[in-house]
Amino acid sequence: MESLVMMLTVFVLAVFVGFEVISKVPPLLHTPLMSGSNAISGVTVLGAIIATGAAITTGMKWLGFFAVVLAMTNVVGGFAVTHRMLGMFRRKK
Amino acid sequence: MLNLLYLLAAVSFILALKMLSSPKTAVAGNLTGAVGMLVAIVATLYAGGVVDFPTVLAGLALGSVFGLLLAIFTPMTAMPEMVGLLNGFGGAASALVASAELLRVQNTPEETMGMVAIVAIALSLLIGWVTFTGSMVAFLRLREWILGGRPTLFPGQHWLNLALFLGAVVAGILLVQKPEVGTPFYVLTVLASILGIGLTIPIGGADMPVVICLLNSYSGMAACTTGFVLNNNGLIISGSLVGASGIILTNIMCKAMNRSFTNVLFGGFGATVQEVAAAGPGGPKTVRRGDAEEAAMILESARTVVIAPGYGMAVAQAQHAVKELADELAKRGIDVKYAIHPVAGRMPGHMNVLLAEAQVPYDQLWEMEKINPLFPETDVVLVIGANDVVNPAARTDPSSPIYGMPILDVDRARTVMVIKRSLNPGFAGIDNPLYYLPNTMMLFGDAKKMALELAEALRQL
Repeated sequence: MESLVMMLTVFVLAVFVGFEVISKVPPLLHTPLMSGSNAISGVTVLGAIIATGAAITTGMKWLGFFAVVLAMTNVVGGFAVTHRMLGMFRRKK
Repeated sequence: MLNLLYLLAAVSFILALKMLSSPKTAVAGNLTGAVGMLVAIVATLYAGGVVDFPTVLAGLALGSVFGLLLAIFTPMTAMPEMVGLLNGFGGAASALVASAELLRVQNTPEETMGMVAIVAIALSLLIGWVTFTGSMVAFLRLREWILGGRPTLFPGQHWLNLALFLGAVVAGILLVQKPEVGTPFYVLTVLASILGIGLTIPIGGADMPVVICLLNSYSGMAACTTGFVLNNNGLIISGSLVGASGIILTNIMCKAMNRSFTNVLFGGFGATVQEVAAAGPGGPKTVRRGDAEEAAMILESARTVVIAPGYGMAVAQAQHAVKELADELAKRGIDVKYAIHPVAGRMPGHMNVLLAEAQVPYDQLWEMEKINPLFPETDVVLVIGANDVVNPAARTDPSSPIYGMPILDVDRARTVMVIKRSLNPGFAGIDNPLYYLPNTMMLFGDAKKMALELAEALRQL
């Protein structure tokens, strides 16, 4: 119970921080913000690493392996494409 | 120690999101996020109790290669699809992690699963698979491989979705009572996957910006529930950050279309359009058709030109041609601005990214609220592949399905030129009175070809 309350506390506070941080984004940056936050949602890769690393059956190992591949694609693809995109934004020379 | 490093990563994500909201700090913000993720991954490898390194490292390497290839080779016009696809991957990964954790506990007799963890597993499966299949539908629709742009509707659709959802909830409750990989687990997985499809197909092409935002939010929530499964604060913080930011963007998109959230989710935009169009004012409507030479002459004598791009520019890959045309105009001392509607294109900020790719400086891109007062002073507006976002019926015709949606008031300019392939209505299937105005000239043709012809005609003058 203790840990649930702790986790819920963290969750609720993080949601508020999220709302606070994003509330003013110029439309110019909507796409990079989406692809960047998309990369962050790939943080589930940490869970995938833990699950795979602790695998005790072959079935678990495969599930974990797929999870790692998918989540890592999300992370690397997200950050890299955001970087590429942002490189294109420029002011008047 | 591990948790301390996760905290560091979470702080870097918060900073990253913060910095991504200003053009000056955005690049650094993105890198901050990437470094934070790297720290978290290395820390997990080091202290996460990993036994089987070869499998984990192989997965990380494979994912990195896929990710880099996608990031390098996806054209800017296909960004909505790519973001959609990656959302789906994140959702699926969360669901898979939850499945693996369920298997692990089942195979570890000395360990019993806490109530929190098992409820979180059920939620991860539900949200994760809905995110995955929903994203796949969005991806395939954006690629135009299936379904087309119109919403896919059938009678009883919402009831079916409700039944799927309730079925998934029941399966989830059964799973919580007996946490193992058995019938309730499989039923939950299958129902959630079908629900993802059911929730996404009624949403048509024009509403894609909202869907992409929403799926982004879901993928964050899926990561967050995985954090509850593994008792991992790093995942909870990062997941809820993304969940919250996705909801905010969704809200911004809905406002830009003057629609409520529920209307976008369940409305099936365009479903009633056929009747409206049929009941619309009959009789012949005349269109003034122009060609490149004629248009170039008008453009040359203009002082101010505003370009209003839409999804058609993306489809025709016309952004570079448009920039070339704008350069020709600028050479003649004509003031060129771009008017960007918040939902032009298929994802938030789609037009900005395309024009940035064509090296248009971002201070020439004007937001709707700022440019609308300038239209009466504008000599020529060039509408390129935009339709609903410049439809004056949204202002004047209460019977129009888009009535009340904020639009670019291009019809108030002295001359409007519309580059369009034909008179066919757009994705939403709504007729546009703009095309029949006396000060409107239609330039029929492919956006890219026509922009190049205009630039050439200007040089010939």
